[in-house]
Order: sequence, then C-alpha cells, then structure tokens
Amino acid sequence: MRRSHVVLVAALVVAFAMLLFAGCGETTTTTTAAETTTTMPAETTTTEMAGPSGDPIVIGAIVSATGPASPLGEPERAALVMLEAEINKVGILGRPIKIVIEDDQSNPTEAVTAVNKLIQQDKVVAILGSSISASTLAIKPITEAAGMPLMALAASNKITEAPIDWTWRAPPRDALAVGAALGYIQNTMKLTKIAVLHDENAYGASGAADVAARAADFGLEIVATESYKTEDTDITAQLTKIKGASPDVVVVWGTNPGPAIAAKNMKQLGMTQPFVGSHGIANKSFIDLAGDAGEGVIFPAGRLLVPESFTNPAQKAIVDQFVAAFTAATGNPPPTFAGHAFGGLTLVLEAINRAGSTEAADIQKALNETKGVITPDGVYNYSPTDHDGLTPDDLTVVMIQGGTWVLAPQ
Amino acid sequence: MTFDQFLQYVFSGVTTGSIYALTALGFTLIYNATNVINFAQGEFVMLGGLTAVSLHEAGAPLALAFVGAVAIVATVGVVFQLLAIRPLHSAGILAQIIVTVGASLALRTGAMLIWGREALPLPPFTGDEPIKVSEATILPQTLWVLGLTLVIVVTLQLFYRRTLTGKAVRACSVNQGAARLMGISYSKVVLLSFGMSAAISAAGGVMITPVSFMVYSSGALIGLKGFAAAIFGGLGNPAGAVFGGLALGILETLAIGALPMSGASGYKDAVAFLILLIVLFVKPQGLFGGRSVEKA
Repeated sequence: MRRSHVVLVAALVVAFAMLLFAGCGETTTTTTAAETTTTMPAETTTTEMAGPSGDPIVIGAIVSATGPASPLGEPERAALVMLEAEINKVGILGRPIKIVIEDDQSNPTEAVTAVNKLIQQDKVVAILGSSISASTLAIKPITEAAGMPLMALAASNKITEAPIDWTWRAPPRDALAVGAALGYIQNTMKLTKIAVLHDENAYGASGAADVAARAADFGLEIVATESYKTEDTDITAQLTKIKGASPDVVVVWGTNPGPAIAAKNMKQLGMTQPFVGSHGIANKSFIDLAGDAGEGVIFPAGRLLVPESFTNPAQKAIVDQFVAAFTAATGNPPPTFAGHAFGGLTLVLEAINRAGSTEAADIQKALNETKGVITPDGVYNYSPTDHDGLTPDDLTVVMIQGGTWVLAPQ
Repeated sequence: MTFDQFLQYVFSGVTTGSIYALTALGFTLIYNATNVINFAQGEFVMLGGLTAVSLHEAGAPLALAFVGAVAIVATVGVVFQLLAIRPLHSAGILAQIIVTVGASLALRTGAMLIWGREALPLPPFTGDEPIKVSEATILPQTLWVLGLTLVIVVTLQLFYRRTLTGKAVRACSVNQGAARLMGISYSKVVLLSFGMSAAISAAGGVMITPVSFMVYSSGALIGLKGFAAAIFGGLGNPAGAVFGGLALGILETLAIGALPMSGASGYKDAVAFLILLIVLFVKPQGLFGGRSVEKA
C-alpha cells in the first residue's frame, strides 16, 4: 500500500512537471500521459483534459526586481511571468492561475507592505518570496500569523527555523552551501587555516555565522573574519588585515559586486591563497566584473550552473525544458535564481494539484507530504519538521576557468 | 599594525577618499551658489561612471569616453537646474532641496532602465599591474584618481581666484543681492555651478569605475559619504571638502587596522562617523568652515 502510494505520487510529480511545459515537448508528454493513465485513476486525467476555466487561482510573489538584489529578483520575475503563460495553457485543477508579482525593491519594509496587500487585497492562496533573506524574514511573521503558505526564495538558515507551520523553502539553504564549501576545503583542497570575508547584509552575515559555527566540524581553523558593506567600493583594507593573519584559503560570502572587488583586490595585494566563494556569485556578472582575477575561484552552486553535472535524467529533462522556455522568453539562459522561482512555483502548484484544493490547511498538509518533486535545484522531500527538503547532493562545487564554469577538480 | 600594513590602509583610504572628496566638492559648488544641498550629487558620480562605460563600449577610447561622460553629465546638471530647480526659485531653499531628493530617485531609476541592474566594469586607464611601495601595493588607477583630483582642485582654485567669472561666482555666494546689483547674472552663475558640480562628480565616477565597478544604485552611499565629508571639512569650503573626503576615507580604513579584534571592519563606518561627530561638537562649522552655517 505504502509503496504503491509512493510510485503514484512520483508519477504524478513527473507528469505535473511535464504539464508545465506541455506545449514544448510533445514526445515526453505523451509517454508520461501513457504512464499516468496506467497507474492513476481519474484525478489527473480530469486536470489534463479540461482547459482552464473559471476564477483563476491567485498566487502572490514578492521579488526584489529592483534595488541591490535585482540580479536575483529580476530573473525570478521574468521566470514567473513566463511560467504563468505556460501553465495557463493547461491550468491547475481545471482553473487558470494568476501570479500577482510585487517588487520589494530589495527593502524589507516594502516587502511587508507587499505581503499585506497580497493577503488582504489580492486574496492570494499562497505566496512566493522574497528574493532576499532580510525581506523574507520580515514577512515570515505575518504569513505565519495569517496562516498563509509562504514558499521562501531566499537562503538564510533562519527562514526555516521554528515557527515553520506555514513556511517552506525552494533554494538550497546557506547551511547546505556552507557544508559544500567547507567540505571541499577539507577533503579536496586539504587545507586547514581559513579567513572569512563577508558582506554585512543578511546573506553574508548568516553565511559567515554558519561558517564560524561549523568550521571545527570540518577540521578548519578561522584565523580572521572581516566584513564589508554591499556598496563598498574597495576591500583592500579588510584584505590587508586578512593577509596579515596568513590563512591558507579565503572564504568570501556575499553577492555581487563585493566578491568581484575582493577578487581584484586580492590580486592587487599579491595574495595567492585560493578564493572560495558562495552560491551568491553563481552568475555571469561575477565573471564579467572580476575578469582575470576571477580565474580559479571556487564556489558551491546548484547544478543548473553546469548543466552537464545533472546526473538524474528526470531532472535533466525538466531543466532542459526550463532552459529552453526561459531562453526563448528572455533571450538569456536562466541564472540559478530563475531556477529558484521555477522550483518554488512548482512545489506550490504541485501541492495544490495533489490537495485538489486551494484551502490553506489543505495546501499546508500537501506541502508537508511533498515527496520526490524535481526542480532545477534538486529533489524535494518535505516533512512536518523539514521544510528545506534538499540534501547536500543537490549542490555541486564549481570552478571558474577560461571565463566560464566547470566542475571543480575533485 | 606593521608599517607596511599602515601604508596599505592609507592607500586604500586614499582611493575611496578621493571619490568622497570629489563628491563633497560637488556639494560645495552648488551650496555656495544657491545654499541648496543637492541630494542628487551621488547620482552624478554614478551617471559619470555608467556613461563612460557605454561610450567605451561604443568604441570611444578611454580618454574620449572620460571627456564625453563628463560633458554629458554636466549637461544633465544644467538641464536639471533649468527644469527642476529654477521653477522653484520663489518657493524657497527647502522646496529646492526636496526636489533634489526626487531627482536622485528619478536619475537612479532612469539609470536602472538604461544600464540594467548589474554592476558594470571599465578597463583601467593604464594597466592594472600593482605598484609596490615597500611591501604595500597601489594600483596605477589610484594614482590617476589622486592626480586628477589634484588637477581638478587646483584648476578650481585658479578659476575662483584668477578669473572674472570665478570671482562673480564667489561674489554671489557671499552676497547674492549685492552681486546682482553689481550686474552679475545670478541665474548664469547658478547654471554654471550646477554644470561644474555635475562635471566634477562625474569625473570622480569615471575614475573610480575601473577600481570598484559602477551600478545604478552606487550613487546613494557615495552621496551620503560625500555629504558627510563636505560637512566634516566645513560646508562651503572647497579645500575643506577635499580634505574632509580624504580624511573620511583614511579614517574608515585605519579603523579596520587599528581595532585589534577580528571582525573590526563592521565598525569602520561607526568609528569614522564617531570622529566626525566629535569634531562637529568641538567645531560645529566643520574643520575649515569659515562662515557660520545659518539656520533656515
């Protein structure tokens, strides 16, 4: 009974993910449709046959489309706009969906205004967001109190610390990335003395705190910790102090352009230590800005960055379709962050589809029972206590070489 | 802190400090002519950098991109004065200051629409091979920033002291009414000041972009620090503005080095602004502030 249940859900998930791109890949859709009809009773066939009609299912999204975090939020916005159109070719529960996208301008205060508007005015059934941890942590108390499902798109560990009755997360949390980075330093680089340089924003501070808390577990000693402001134009002073502490490797936790400035400054100061970054530099912008100084930089990232790193064929198929659709819609391949938005929306809609309802309590129950949902970020298994769903295997370690990303030497 | 480290902190401080200095100078020019604090000053820095990036991408050599960006941003400054500030002449200083806040948002958003949301780089003027001084290193670009800042400050002083137009500008800042009675066209002086102020800040923006990149949102923090530097040096005094900028930059980096604990860099702004506060308690008009700052 239990095993057949798992198979059924897995099939539904694959069918559902394909459903998102029903228009793009004819052959795959037919095979899964055949699969589903054999294993599954009426429910999926009804969702698939009926074109969307009636009132739309309204989903809210808060992204940082402008402001310092716009390199994260803008691709998320673009992905959601593209996905809304794709999904409405088939609909969910026979109804179309409507995604109300709010821009928090990378500002937690704006995020709070937006979340209140989405709940009270737009009457959304679930909310995705925000792109940044500070905004997400600002809106979480409101969604928790309102009993509103929140699918976070940011990485701070605190987001999925209690209370998490109504909060789930799509991207890999910082702890996973920290584990991947520190594990690489310990096992592959075989170095011990690390220096930490981090942005003072929520992303950088949370990452650095996690590195500090767990370094000993990886046999690493932190010899210096320094920070910079997101808008700082020069980091040589911090690096001078770090250089004085003679670390084996410099761990840089932040989002652009800070780490790129740090890479250039390290070169200027003649620092030869390896630069291990965070998943916050998993974008083309870092390579463009850092130029020569970016060569050899190593960081943990989702597999979307190096598509040949996908080992799971089902995930590869979904990613290929997503990359094709996103590239067709925007002219650029999707950055990691677009994958987060795709993943978050998939998880929410899959839960709604499985629950057969848009009632908050039903979505909550369905999300907690999520098993084997595949997105570009990995394979998700939520439980009432685990609202992250990913494992360290869902990340990979990447190196910059010749102006592009390759798998880091193992 | 070893001597080499000290030297490195000073070099770092001088790089950022030069940009604060040029921004502070921009504040000073407009303040002297109109008593308006232009909160869009940081945006002129940002526009200078990004315009130069575009001109360079379009094929202009760096020198031409530099001059072109400065000229374009100077024009933006003049147009800004004509369209936004001048109509409010009778509404008073406060209304004009508030308009500059609005203008800064408009310029920032406009820049975002034109150049997008990612930081953009510019190649250094002459290579990026660091120059070693003892064990500390300095980038050739930093020398460019310092040298050009010096040229700008000296030229500005000569202009103010030696030319008739420069003297007219000074006359207006001392006593607007009397200057007008002497036949000086106040409106032209104001236009000139906005143009020069925008040009100087834009030059700072072009020079710093090879070191620290430029993004549409860069202007806000540079504007704030530049304003603090202008107050520090004594609002209205060009030499004070330059000194204030460099001092603020060096204080920030030395704070990182001087505080013994790990993680000291988090307190660098706090230390720099604490010293600024202490100075203002002792000398409210700023280090070189001759004129008393009138309350509106």
